[in-house]
Amino acid sequence: MNITKTVNGEETVLAVEGRIDATNSKELQDAIIGAFQSTKNLVVDFEKVAYIASAGLRALLLGHKTAVSKSGIMKLTHVNDDVMEVLRMTGFQSALHIE
Amino acid sequence: MKVKDSITLKAELASLETVTDFVNGFMDNCGYDFKFQTQIDIVVEEVYVNICSYAYPDSSGDVTVEIAEEGGRLTLSFADSGIEYNPLEKEDPDITLSAEEREIGGLGVFMVKQIMDEVTYRRTDGKNVLEMAKNADAAECN
Repeated sequence: MNITKTVNGEETVLAVEGRIDATNSKELQDAIIGAFQSTKNLVVDFEKVAYIASAGLRALLLGHKTAVSKSGIMKLTHVNDDVMEVLRMTGFQSALHIE
Repeated sequence: MKVKDSITLKAELASLETVTDFVNGFMDNCGYDFKFQTQIDIVVEEVYVNICSYAYPDSSGDVTVEIAEEGGRLTLSFADSGIEYNPLEKEDPDITLSAEEREIGGLGVFMVKQIMDEVTYRRTDGKNVLEMAKNADAAECN
């Protein structure tokens, strides 16, 4: 998994690439929580993510809770069909901000 | 015709990729579509990671993964000799709660139950055995 961070004014974008599984989900979690040190508006771009399981969902949920605690927002963008199916199955589709 | 394969390895997170490669290598020969394989990948990860986390708290031990296919029906079995643990006894998470109200965790076993058509647990000869099956319509095993 690779994560590329870009700061666009008020907004920070984390572009994630690869599989998110139990061996690397902590990296995603750390990147999301780290980004909220310097932004309130985080976009997590999932265009190049083809796979996520519960470990990755945990990282997203912690990210969302971090956003709420800082009165910010975390948005997921460009979610593909297979990942969306996982979000739908677990109720995350309605719990997270997805565009 | 039924085809099957198995792998036994030390239950540790570092071997997750070995297990998913083994399962996908088997499924590649069976003509399953990408979506089916991705869903099985999730099941394999959730069950394997659970065993790595709970089976051998004070020692190390093995896990045996068996995969089989017959007439479009894929079966998976995970067996470990660790402490008795039935993941199916865990209560399902409430997936209608908002993100703020939700607990971290508990989703893995829930997803396994959602994806697979059958999931059974048994404790036999000092082993935890989790057996699962999923039917695919058009899959053929070569």
